[in-house]
Amino acid sequence: MVLTATQTESETSQNTDDDLVAHLLRRAGFGADSAEIEKYAAYEYDEIVDRLVNPERFDDVEDDLLGRYYPHIAANKDNPAVWNGRWIYRMLNTDRPLQEKMTLFWHGILATGWTKSEHTPSMVNHIEMLRTNCLANFRTILVELSRDPAMIYWLDNNENHGDAINENYGREILELFSMGIGNYTEDDIKNAARAFTGWTFKQPLPLYPFGHFEARFLYREDDHDDGEKEFLGHRGRFNGEDIVDIIARQEATARFVSRHLYSFFVADEAQVPAWSIQAPRDPDAIQTLVDAWFESDADIRHVMSVLLRSDFFKEARYERVKSPTEFVANVLKISGDYRYPDPGLESFEGTLVAMGQKLMDPPTVEGWHAGKEWIDGGTLTERVNFAVETLSDTSKPGFRELIANLEACDQPVSEGIFVDTVLRHLCRLEVSDETRGTLQAHAITQGALDFDSDREGSEKRVLQMLNLAVATREFQFE
Amino acid sequence: MSMTNGNSTNGQHGKDPVLLVVQLSGGNDFMNTIIPYAEGIYYDSRPLVGIPEDKVLPLNDKVGFHPCAGGLKELYDEGIVAIIQGIGYENSSRSHFRAMDIWHTCEPDTIGTEGWLARVIREFDPEGTNPITAVSFGRGLPRALAAPNVTATSVGDLDNYGLMSSIEAEQERQENLDIFKRMYTPAVGSGLVMDYLSQTGRDVIRGADILAVAPERYTSEVEYADNPIAQSLRDVARVHTAGLGTRIFYTNHGGYDHHAQEVPTHAKLLTELCDGLRDFMQDLRDHDAAEEVMILVFTEFGRRIKDNGSGTDHGSGGGAFMIGERVAGGLYSEYPPLERTEWLNDEDMRHTIDFRGVYSTILQQWLHLDPVPIVNGNFEQINPYVKVAA
Repeated sequence: MVLTATQTESETSQNTDDDLVAHLLRRAGFGADSAEIEKYAAYEYDEIVDRLVNPERFDDVEDDLLGRYYPHIAANKDNPAVWNGRWIYRMLNTDRPLQEKMTLFWHGILATGWTKSEHTPSMVNHIEMLRTNCLANFRTILVELSRDPAMIYWLDNNENHGDAINENYGREILELFSMGIGNYTEDDIKNAARAFTGWTFKQPLPLYPFGHFEARFLYREDDHDDGEKEFLGHRGRFNGEDIVDIIARQEATARFVSRHLYSFFVADEAQVPAWSIQAPRDPDAIQTLVDAWFESDADIRHVMSVLLRSDFFKEARYERVKSPTEFVANVLKISGDYRYPDPGLESFEGTLVAMGQKLMDPPTVEGWHAGKEWIDGGTLTERVNFAVETLSDTSKPGFRELIANLEACDQPVSEGIFVDTVLRHLCRLEVSDETRGTLQAHAITQGALDFDSDREGSEKRVLQMLNLAVATREFQFE
Repeated sequence: MSMTNGNSTNGQHGKDPVLLVVQLSGGNDFMNTIIPYAEGIYYDSRPLVGIPEDKVLPLNDKVGFHPCAGGLKELYDEGIVAIIQGIGYENSSRSHFRAMDIWHTCEPDTIGTEGWLARVIREFDPEGTNPITAVSFGRGLPRALAAPNVTATSVGDLDNYGLMSSIEAEQERQENLDIFKRMYTPAVGSGLVMDYLSQTGRDVIRGADILAVAPERYTSEVEYADNPIAQSLRDVARVHTAGLGTRIFYTNHGGYDHHAQEVPTHAKLLTELCDGLRDFMQDLRDHDAAEEVMILVFTEFGRRIKDNGSGTDHGSGGGAFMIGERVAGGLYSEYPPLERTEWLNDEDMRHTIDFRGVYSTILQQWLHLDPVPIVNGNFEQINPYVKVAA
């Protein structure tokens, strides 16, 4: 919404429409409470995007505070649940929301898992590597990925030797991390694998008695195949960096990554295996992103900046099914909980597992099937139950704020204002007329909501309305 | 509500035939599951992951089980395990994702939108009367069970299945569920995903009401091991023995992608799987509920003939198992030929039977359905079922 001269002075601190800000923060972050929406809405839209795509302008989250307050967290360095709890703490409290969201994005594409190695320090470093490079040039991302011990072990590049190649990494870097199936040959795979021979890691100290220590990248020239290779029509004595450079220049790469960005930030696409056959939802949007890729020579920050400013992004409201991580973080934001280093964060790993997304441990190198496939009878049950249970703690700040907002209305509160206030509390949830009608009809059957005459009863009714609102179909989307 | 659907023509007790599918994810190494221990080329090709001859559990003088497959060997010795050797398809995909998709949809050349078992559900329960005609245990619904307008239930935790279970006041919970049902009414023009969500939400409420009785009814003498596949098989037993009309069960055992450190990993997985299957069969027999169940164990592909110095890379020519009281145990199809000249692309095992032929066998001979529209064509079948005396 652009300000007009007729608006009153009290509104002049606002420069962007609240609903658009809420949309942006749902996608480029993990949702927001009303204070955060108000804070961002004070800026022009383009300025908000600038703040999001330049996270280094703002202080990082002090998540090591958790370890200082709660020594068991610091002591449990080998337990992934502790680190996933810390990641959720970052999602809730960061002033760099896009950085955490992009980290999650890359984690789903460049999918590396804990299960095979059970080596937590390397997985923690892997996520930190994604966080550091999440808005870098795509070459930097792929080179750092190829040097990452967790990835090297996950796809067996430590078993990829100059005299005996293991083509696992050579295959997946092309099929899943950059170009997509159908854009290269089996020979390209073998030659990519040859180029990455000798890319391994130093053996960390053994597990016992002190726990795991982090692994470090090691380039072993004596185990590298330095011979001539042919790769995607180029010929030379390529090393891994040369392969990445050629990959980043491919149109197929720009299209594949753009489609991933579109699916994650704009609107759910079909599952990846269908991409070689099925056209994108919005080919023009993909072209816009591909153009941004080439005009910036594969700079992800620039591509994201174009994406977030585009009309196709602004218009794509509730076109994505929330992933479990997005769902859990969003619910916790609304609850107002965990804004300080509180214990219990590690329990959310189990919550995410039940919904089908164990952070730091995707099921396969293909990452998670997203969109509609997040939802089935079991996971829908988990999602609804988690939201209901979390928001039912009426002592939490989020619920107190909702009560305060309703108390501040003229009493009795009309059913329309009652329902709207509850929906607005859920990061400005927009619902269909039918859903709103059902909720309002329920409010009417219980008579007027009046805090002056029945405080306790009114709070109970607000809680029930909140439970119903998070159980809506619409709340499953973002 | 009708709890049993479809044609009742098979089980000896007049019970409807039931299919349990166990998916081994990651590409189980068939060559190290059913081991050609008499072939020198096996040991030449696999200096690292080859299983020494004296450790193999022989089935005959040519092949034998992996030493950790003892649980399955017991069932084999009883004559109720059919080993399908060399199962696969032309131009086998080496991508986990794509290969699994092909097995789930029977569409090797295009992207299928309907799972083969979803088509079975549609045959058994065209009106979607029973939301637990098919039940999958584990996270997420496999593609095999997914198709437009087909309901299958996915259960993460059988003991706490149900919506808003944290609301203690039963009256309020019931009121919320009634409103939930109203909100999850499909509406014209709301879109495919929204409609899917509506259907899923309403099915959850119906399915939860039915499934709630399963843990209550079940008692057992069998102690399953504490690992995910054994516990999933126990969940299958709990629901099956409750007699709720479920015809298709599905469960998944992950971790078979052993490019590296295959020797210890594969041993652990096979122990979990094979002991779990043995315990499961015992449990069903104790409940007089084994006759009507057949188990299919499959994986998306086999692995390369030569090891890579630590494990094996993605290959083709895998193996499957069909297990059940009515199965005539033995070796089916041919073991893929091992002479070097017969290797596919000079590195892979050839497939000797198409997986769609095995699906067709199960569909026609066990479930009494026309296989052609389900697997998209005519494929040669095998005859692994014991004839029932007339």
